[in-house]
Amino acid sequence: MKQFLEGSWAVAEAVKLCKPGVISAYPITPQTHIVEHLAKFVADGRINAESINVESEHSAASVVLGSQAAGVRSFTATSSQGLFLMAEVVFNIAGMRLPIMMVCANRAISAPINIWNDQQDSISLRDAGWIQLYAENNQEAIDLIIAGYKIGEMPKVMLPIMVCVDGFILTHGMETVDMPDAVAVDKFLPAYNPPFKLDVDNPMSFGLLGDPSVYTENRYSLHKTLEELLEIIPQVGSEYKSAFGRDSVRLVEKYRVHDAETVIVALGSVCGTIKDVIDDEREKGNKVGLLKIVTYRPFPKAAIYNALKNVPNISILDKNISLGSEGAVYTEVKALFNDSTKKISGFVAGLGGRDISKGTVIEMLRLTKEEVNNCKFMDLDTSLLWEEFRVS
Amino acid sequence: MKEIKIFARAGQGAITMAAILGESLFYENKYAYAFPHFGAARMGAPMNAFLRFDDKPIRLRSKVYTPDYVIIVDPTLLDGENCFSDLKKGAKAVVAVRESTKIPTSTDMEIYTLPAEKIAQEIIGRPFANTVLLGAFSKISGEVKLEAILKAVEKQFKGKPGILEKNLAAVKKGYESV
Repeated sequence: MKQFLEGSWAVAEAVKLCKPGVISAYPITPQTHIVEHLAKFVADGRINAESINVESEHSAASVVLGSQAAGVRSFTATSSQGLFLMAEVVFNIAGMRLPIMMVCANRAISAPINIWNDQQDSISLRDAGWIQLYAENNQEAIDLIIAGYKIGEMPKVMLPIMVCVDGFILTHGMETVDMPDAVAVDKFLPAYNPPFKLDVDNPMSFGLLGDPSVYTENRYSLHKTLEELLEIIPQVGSEYKSAFGRDSVRLVEKYRVHDAETVIVALGSVCGTIKDVIDDEREKGNKVGLLKIVTYRPFPKAAIYNALKNVPNISILDKNISLGSEGAVYTEVKALFNDSTKKISGFVAGLGGRDISKGTVIEMLRLTKEEVNNCKFMDLDTSLLWEEFRVS
Repeated sequence: MKEIKIFARAGQGAITMAAILGESLFYENKYAYAFPHFGAARMGAPMNAFLRFDDKPIRLRSKVYTPDYVIIVDPTLLDGENCFSDLKKGAKAVVAVRESTKIPTSTDMEIYTLPAEKIAQEIIGRPFANTVLLGAFSKISGEVKLEAILKAVEKQFKGKPGILEKNLAAVKKGYESV
């Protein structure tokens, strides 16, 4: 049913449709309304779940680790410093093959303290062994949560999923979404039935010592499963499309890439702004396009390569910076074309809530055609910098 | 696509206002994207709420830079910043005014004023100008019908009987006052 909803509310409704048995979260900043709504659903009896308030994000992640290991579908949400406090447990969750769903309401990292949006938090945890999916809008957030549970819980997958939703821009943004029907979700997403769980009748342990004779094989298996997901995600994506009519669940989205001379690569909500710019530029006869990365982990190398192999100018927008190197997505996309004569530029934009306007995107397109930029910060206010940094 | 920029202080109900307006546009088969921009949740700090709407889904996620409409909830904000800069041609404004409010004359936009806080104080018993201004916006813009706003207000204040009726009356009074 179509509704006009705030993003956090839409996410909470989507989680409710997936019927988790345990929801655990630390309820204070940098938390969003997501768990507040879910706690209310639990209190009102609209969902049959335990809502467990804890004293830190480390504990929140530990609670869902335990509940999922006991065979109960679980959910948590956090962002920014909260995600970092969870980090130790986040890696454990993947290593124990527990398909927990987490929504990361992407926000910047301290210091300085900043509550606003960028994607440094989830990008910094890209190596944890989680599936990472990025939503362009709140409809996609809903779709990726429902499909994400299904993907993660497949017996041959058994991996956690992080659905990344831009903080404020989407979580506090209100827009029209089509909330799937509960009966259809039940049909699409069967009850959680893990191949292994904590069970007094069939005792087993999770997360024990893995000495040098087995540790490498454990990491190799995680890696192989993630690689296999590059086939599984599009398959579940087409099942999702048959069930709900939307093509949200995919590796990448190609927007006017065919015949494009310059293509921007980006993740998340900024793709909407970029699409508007691309339509404007196409009106003027400029051959530009967008490659939106939906699945960032596993990294869809072949899909990106195939989409961009005939594109002479590539422009990568990172809402993160690997300090001392360059934007993370730039490094990875550039590596696919290391023999190439293409012009591949990397731009860092939108950090800590700095607005990415249409003008920012237009300027990126102009700079990309002009010369190769390795790590160009957009919209810098040079008056705030030390004098020796003022020449960029 | 049309764009609205709301000037208020945190705690004056600007986000609620954007939510009600977005909901009422939704009832009229429009697509809206309403979003706040604020500092770190400090009551009384100047903040903006933005709203875009169109006949097709909104994809643009940036702040609103060149509004078609400006709504000013707190007239004291007129002293601190230029609320009427970078407007689209033919832009209109709805401003809640107090007796002391001076409206800049150096702007070619159509500005409609009403004592929205005073009206709210009389009807609701507290000076929340937001719902009064929504009624006024409906009248001066013609973008959304009064009935749609009333329906959205009913949804927003569902389960709060006293408050609901007062806000419905406030919307109607705002509609009549410009």
